[in-house]
Amino acid sequence: MPKITRVQELVYEIKIEEVMTRNVITVTPQTSMAELREILRTHRISGTPVVKDGELIGIISVEDLIKALAGGEIEATVEKRMTTDPVTLCADEPIIIAVNHFARYDFGRFPVVDREGKLIGILTRGDIIEGLLKKLEVEYHEEEIRRYRVSHIFEDIVSDRTSLVLRYDVITHDFDHAGEASSKIKRALNRLGAPPEIVRRAAIAAYEAEMNIILHTDEGGELVAEIQPGQIIIRAVDTGPGIPDVEQAMQPGFSTAPEWIRELGFGAGMGLSNIQRCADEMHLESPLGKWTSLEVVIYLDQRGLCSRSESGGVIQVQAPQRRRSET
Amino acid sequence: MKLRELCRQLSLEVRTAPEKLDMEVTGGYATDLLSHAMAKAQAGNVWITLQGHPNIVAVASLLNLAGVIITEGMAPEPATLEKAKEQGIPILTTPLTTFTVVGKLSALGVRGVDET
Repeated sequence: MPKITRVQELVYEIKIEEVMTRNVITVTPQTSMAELREILRTHRISGTPVVKDGELIGIISVEDLIKALAGGEIEATVEKRMTTDPVTLCADEPIIIAVNHFARYDFGRFPVVDREGKLIGILTRGDIIEGLLKKLEVEYHEEEIRRYRVSHIFEDIVSDRTSLVLRYDVITHDFDHAGEASSKIKRALNRLGAPPEIVRRAAIAAYEAEMNIILHTDEGGELVAEIQPGQIIIRAVDTGPGIPDVEQAMQPGFSTAPEWIRELGFGAGMGLSNIQRCADEMHLESPLGKWTSLEVVIYLDQRGLCSRSESGGVIQVQAPQRRRSET
Repeated sequence: MKLRELCRQLSLEVRTAPEKLDMEVTGGYATDLLSHAMAKAQAGNVWITLQGHPNIVAVASLLNLAGVIITEGMAPEPATLEKAKEQGIPILTTPLTTFTVVGKLSALGVRGVDET
């Protein structure tokens, strides 16, 4: 189904009285066509309602004037040349009604009346377009302010150390929701106005960290994104079983994933090296049989742009000495 | 080349997000290993794989891929289609093998990440 655009919504929301022209120039039935010509010319309008004793009795346009001129009836009264019983619009109706009227009748303008039938305005296609554009502009402006507020949160909210912490519970072997936490982190970073390259790196690191918790932990763990003014920290902490040989685990292609996980396309042994590639700093600590804590830092300022090499940034792996036979 | 044109040329079946076919395809990448896709595929790439489980959508969405082509008539899981629809990721299926699909894409001028 095609999506309904904001403009389509607006034509149902905005009322005719919000966009119509209020100071209506009117003429009386006794006005001559010559006088009408002057009125249309000075006010730069192409038609006007005809009012008698405050009551709307007709409408006259530049077309009627041309016909009168062609017929040599420039001194005729408006009453003779006007369209009587003009089609009107009600002020409190939505502008979709007006749009339909313009489509249905071949008129350039409609007088707008209140519920008592009193003339209170006039509406042209131009009024509708202008009204819609104004409304869209206001909404756009509001959205701009909202975006500005989010992306300047770290300037607006002052503390000695400000950070925004997003925490996600990751459940082991929950492939149905795999990748959701990292998707949400990506969305948040976009919302905060982080540069696309930073968002991409953070998203990849978060995804691989999330997958590691899903694939390899006993009971799942927590994925945390901490956004600070100068850097983004992705943290993945679980409650075991820990990594037998951290250095080996860092090698591209090394994997301990069982066959069924590999068949799903996971466990290619690229997770940690992918993370390393995206990180400016990477800290991995994993006492065997206890827990694993992975911390990835991505710099938002010049520091990162200057120091980061293709193969990744500062890598700090903390693992106690272990016997190889444990692996 | 637009994704719509690729679908037409290769007679791919569009399973989700038909409204996203006007995206310009920036290149292609083929693998069945998700971490490799995560590492190599670029934004706007089309990814050719045998995998049909929901995680391909997460990868495609995180990397802003143009779409995923599932080959050899593998049926994507219902959850995959649901997620792809939700996130606006085109899932395209074909009975052709990955090799053939890549060959055809190459002939149409779609380049690999190491060629661009």
